[in-house]
Amino acid sequence: MNKIAKLFVTFISAITLALVSFTSSFAKVEGEYIVLGSAISLTGKYSSNGVHTQNGYNMAVDRINKMGGVEVQGKKYKFEIIYYDDESNPKRAAQLAERLIKQDGVHYMLGPYSSGLTKAIAPVTEKYKIPMVEANGASRSLFTKGYKYLFAVLSPANQYLEVAIDLAVEKNGGKGVKIAQAFEQDAFSQDVRLGILDAAKRTGSEIIIDDKLPKELNDMAATLAKVKAVKPDVLVVSGHTKGALTAIRQISEMKVDVPMLAMTHCDAAKLSKQHGKKSEFALCASQWHKNLSYKDKFFGSGKKYAKDFQKEFGYDPPYQSAESSAALLVFKDAFERANSFDRDAVRDALVDTEMQTFYGNIKFGPGGQNVAKPMILFQVRCKGDDCENRVVAPTKWASDKFYHPIPKWSERS
Amino acid sequence: MDFLIFKAPMLMVQASLDGILLGILFALIAYGMALQWGVMNIINIAQGDLVILGGYIAYTIYLWGIHPAWGVIISPIIMFFVGWGLYKLVINKVVDRDLFISILATFGIAIVFQQLMNFIFGADVVVAQSEYGTTMLFDNSVTLPNSKIFSAFISVLYAVALVIYMRKSKLGRAIRATAQNARAAKILGVDTEKVYAATFGINAALCGIAGALISITLTLHPYVGLPYTVRSFMIVIVAGLGNLPAVAVSGMGLGLFEEFADYILGTEFRIGAVFLLLVLILVYRRFKLSRKREYLK
Repeated sequence: MNKIAKLFVTFISAITLALVSFTSSFAKVEGEYIVLGSAISLTGKYSSNGVHTQNGYNMAVDRINKMGGVEVQGKKYKFEIIYYDDESNPKRAAQLAERLIKQDGVHYMLGPYSSGLTKAIAPVTEKYKIPMVEANGASRSLFTKGYKYLFAVLSPANQYLEVAIDLAVEKNGGKGVKIAQAFEQDAFSQDVRLGILDAAKRTGSEIIIDDKLPKELNDMAATLAKVKAVKPDVLVVSGHTKGALTAIRQISEMKVDVPMLAMTHCDAAKLSKQHGKKSEFALCASQWHKNLSYKDKFFGSGKKYAKDFQKEFGYDPPYQSAESSAALLVFKDAFERANSFDRDAVRDALVDTEMQTFYGNIKFGPGGQNVAKPMILFQVRCKGDDCENRVVAPTKWASDKFYHPIPKWSERS
Repeated sequence: MDFLIFKAPMLMVQASLDGILLGILFALIAYGMALQWGVMNIINIAQGDLVILGGYIAYTIYLWGIHPAWGVIISPIIMFFVGWGLYKLVINKVVDRDLFISILATFGIAIVFQQLMNFIFGADVVVAQSEYGTTMLFDNSVTLPNSKIFSAFISVLYAVALVIYMRKSKLGRAIRATAQNARAAKILGVDTEKVYAATFGINAALCGIAGALISITLTLHPYVGLPYTVRSFMIVIVAGLGNLPAVAVSGMGLGLFEEFADYILGTEFRIGAVFLLLVLILVYRRFKLSRKREYLK
């Protein structure tokens, strides 16, 4: 009996040892693999967008590996990603980042989903000097901290709706407009608000309602009643998917007439599907749209990307997936230009990035944000009960004319 | 700008009606909480999550092509059995324990429910469409969504029905007897175990109704249950246990208070104001209580 027990213990230790050496072999670059790490929200409240992010990463890894991988010093390497589920929890995300770096020996990171979680991870990657390319943290505060190893392929949050104010001013014959705005009290939405404040100042517009919605709130009736009373030229709302859905529901039910309505998170909220015709004429800020004319050799065009993504995952890619795929293109480009696996060399190469991807042009500003890609605006337009998002600004990519002003509810069928 | 509400009298009407209609819905949830708190001495942290689950049931039948308003009948039936099952599985083990243990247990249930809903229904925010249209008053200057009027009407209907049931039926009397004195009720032949299970079931059913109404008036998400728990807790604290008219009044009062706080203090202080009110009420209660004690001495 004793002998068997001893044998058993030996066996278990052997397996443990084998596992340990196996996991540590994942470190940085091993064999033909470049190992990237990412903590990502697969459960919890960000899980749907977390999955979009992961699908975007995986799609790009497959594509790059299939098309020859990454060439460094004459040798071809493939990408591989270690994922951990951060449960949509910033503390957990920070712990997992430590674990990826210290235990798994990862030397290059991909970002998590959402500004909040990116904010939690950035100090960790910064501390260990690990270059991180992130695709889903847009909060302005990420780019004002002087982080040296953080690179974001997306436009910062304050740019989301500035274009909308410019558009409203343009429609008003270049004169300032009256703005009513309601923003949720979280880092991202408040950054969008700062962008509007800047735009208002720049264009001489006046902000007549400036409501900050508590996170727990899912009722905007009071804000909208005020909007009805003061009749602004443009109403701006940002509060993630909940804000977008609540706004359309209550605007249509309370018959609030505004000439222009600008929002964020329309496509994440599946606005045109969930609210149908009621959402028509809403203007939405987006990082990307498949109809844009950007190109690269891996995915071709946005339309081609959307088609391939649909084939692989069974749904139309939201911009969260597209920007995540772009993050890997950036890494590949940086590795090849650095022609080395030295972290600082890769970091320096990232700084000098200047490229076009199917998702847009990418060039990093001093804070790490992407300064080469403008935000776009689309407008929900319906034919019968079929509603879709059509790009209306900037004019370079507009497929449709911006419809203004929104007809009154009494005139809408 | 700050006091827009005093310049436009119609805003005052709008705010009052919005507040009252929403308050009635909160009162229904609070009534369920008061009932099982009174009978079983359990503070149910999972109350809001039961509400959201009820909402998802209504949303599911909406996806099947049935009008979501049917949810106010189907959802409570299903939720009654969910409540019953929950009692048999967990609550019966904590029912005569310390209040703290029941809070921990229901807190655990709340987390499990959130994750389960996230797993089954996904993490997206969803809405069901009732297409009930809008009622316009005073030359269109006050607009009320018919879905909100419908939800207030259904809430009142169910609350009245429940009061009658509690007065007239055998189970209703047994529940009231157990609430007054569980031991005495047991001695007199009331099956308290069954009463507890039924009470928890009825509470869950009330949550189911409220959830179905929320699916057509507001939005649903697996993680938005807690605010409903907090609001109903507050209503019960103000109204006291086992006092339905007080719960109704306190519910509407809270709705009104929230709306007016929004206009006067600003939207960002809306929920903060409610918490401040709770603190003030608790302090006032304690003050009154201590005076009474001194008086007794």
